[in-house]
Amino acid sequence: MTLFIEQCLNGLQFGLLLFLLAAGLTLVFGIMDLVNLAHGSLYMIGAYFAATFAAWTGSFVLGAVLALGATLLVGMAVEVIVMRRLYGRDHLDHVLGTFGLILFFNESVRLIWGPDGLSLPLPSYLVTAVPILPGIAYSAYKLAMIVVTLLVAGFLYVLVMRTRIGMLIRAGASNREMVGALGVNIKLLFTLVFGLGAALAGLAGMMQAPILTVQIGMGENILILAFVITVIGGIGSIRGALIGAIFVGVVDTLGRAYLPDLLRLAFSQDTASTAGPALSSMLIYLLMAIVLVVKPQGLFSAGSR
Amino acid sequence: MMRKTLLAATAALLLAAGPAMAQKKSIKIGFVSTFSGPVAVIGNNMRDSFELALDHMGRKMAGLPVEVIYEDDGLKPGTGLQKTQKLIQSDHVDFLVGYIWSNVMLASLKPAVDSKTFIISANAGPHQIAGELCSPYFFSTSWQNDQTPQAMGLYMNQKGVKSVFLIGPNYAAGKDMLAGVVSTFKGKVVGRELTTWPTQLDFSAELAKAKAANPDAIFVFYPGKAGVQFLSQYAQAGLKGKIPLYTAFTIDELSLPLQKDLALGVPGAQEWVNDLPNDANKKFVADFLKKYPGKRPSFYGAQSYDAANLIASAVNALKGDLSDKTKVEAALKKADFKSVRGNFRFGNNHFPIENFYLQDVVKNAEGEFVLKTVATIVKDNQDMYHDKCPMK
Repeated sequence: MTLFIEQCLNGLQFGLLLFLLAAGLTLVFGIMDLVNLAHGSLYMIGAYFAATFAAWTGSFVLGAVLALGATLLVGMAVEVIVMRRLYGRDHLDHVLGTFGLILFFNESVRLIWGPDGLSLPLPSYLVTAVPILPGIAYSAYKLAMIVVTLLVAGFLYVLVMRTRIGMLIRAGASNREMVGALGVNIKLLFTLVFGLGAALAGLAGMMQAPILTVQIGMGENILILAFVITVIGGIGSIRGALIGAIFVGVVDTLGRAYLPDLLRLAFSQDTASTAGPALSSMLIYLLMAIVLVVKPQGLFSAGSR
Repeated sequence: MMRKTLLAATAALLLAAGPAMAQKKSIKIGFVSTFSGPVAVIGNNMRDSFELALDHMGRKMAGLPVEVIYEDDGLKPGTGLQKTQKLIQSDHVDFLVGYIWSNVMLASLKPAVDSKTFIISANAGPHQIAGELCSPYFFSTSWQNDQTPQAMGLYMNQKGVKSVFLIGPNYAAGKDMLAGVVSTFKGKVVGRELTTWPTQLDFSAELAKAKAANPDAIFVFYPGKAGVQFLSQYAQAGLKGKIPLYTAFTIDELSLPLQKDLALGVPGAQEWVNDLPNDANKKFVADFLKKYPGKRPSFYGAQSYDAANLIASAVNALKGDLSDKTKVEAALKKADFKSVRGNFRFGNNHFPIENFYLQDVVKNAEGEFVLKTVATIVKDNQDMYHDKCPMK
């Protein structure tokens, strides 16, 4: 039972992390109608910035804060310099353009930081396990990640549901032309939203950095999951992204934890431990397929297009 | 006048074409490894060491210049196979070298054997090639995958470990590594987890299971960056200092700069360590540090350096005449060169019979983390699949 609780926490933590990525992706897609494959590059940039700034300042938290600001700026710069040329074009152009950006970012990182990757060491107070329930000790850092991502999710909820900017974002997601026609500075709104998405992706990257290493192309695998979440949750919906992300995180983690054991009941040890990882990595795609059959628009579609 | 010019031109053309028709004018080597993506650091280290070996022999074997063509397998068996075929069919290489990954090696073996091209693994050692798939055209300057973890299993017996939880990646080498520990470890194996390779980098689910099983020790095999990720997650899960970790190919000179103090006190087994006290090794390590400032020699590099010297020993013995494949095989099999791990001999399946050492991480005078030989775990160790190989 304690193992199950711990695995659920792992799933929740992974899901919330994916939410940070998916939230930016779904906002950009929903509001600007832009397919941004380079979202994973911003995740990588965030991690590289955090590792660099943390080494400079000697403080993990200060490094993360500086990196967050820097990623926001990079995101806004990318929007102004590149993305503006892509709005209103075909989705294929978006894919081509932003794929080019991935190559550009990977190569730039190679030039600036070298090909070997960086490590972002945690402060010692986070490299321990803390007791959360009697008999269950859980990684302090993962717990901190859960708290931070929940705070960010709460902040996003307030921002989108309770503020004027949020109102414009929601309006933009349901009808972009009308928002422009009503005299809202849509250009500025787009830059802000893209910057916000970039900062969220960067935050995800820098939080993963101490667990995984900081390396070139680190955002590409995880981006696929973020797209799956966007599809499951419904394009443009923050709430959908949150629920989809937690769903995917929990299914992925529990699948990895228990599927091989279940298979062992039916097959030999060898077959089960070989097929288990392969099958469990397919689970989320199966989940996506089911959602698409039942609700082709995703669970919480924002747009009425 | 016209005719004279034409004749002169023809003669010139003949002259130009001449050398191509002559016997051998160079030794061509195809080198397949990973030069892109997160593990490019391994491929580059192998290339650096191979180049250093060529420098040491004046870039000539039996007086013939050596030409090396480097190809990137991108960590994918399919790409590795393609590159191997290209090297055989369009570059007509005399030797194929490299191969970090067992799954890439397994995919690339057939075209090499079918075309009778000698293929020398400088790292991968899948058990299939040591056993039923063994070939006169295959040689290894590394080990069979199971050997290193077998040595670790013996060491765990010495330490009195009674139960172990095994974690490794789900591909050819990962399965071999876990099988290797199981074959020598006398205690109980309480769990065995394989993770999706190379995409899964979060090991929280596996670590939680290991913690719940509460074994005496955890054994792990994660080469390259995955080793860095595993060690940091192991510490974050609060297992460091609670359940000791034993490793194979998880801590090396390339991952250590990122693992730093997380690797302190975590033992590993290896057939080569930078401080082995033989002359060939001292020269290799010193010249590597001189030629590539800021980089460090690794076991991947040592095996590549040995591969270059193995080829050179055979080419020199045959005075550059590689036409008789049986003679080339016999010359290679002698392993008549100074290996940086100390001399070794080949078994019937062309895998080395060699020593395995216990290595530990220490901080040197400059505050850098380095690997150090602590003890010899096993001497003249031969892999357990050689009986299945029909070659004598």
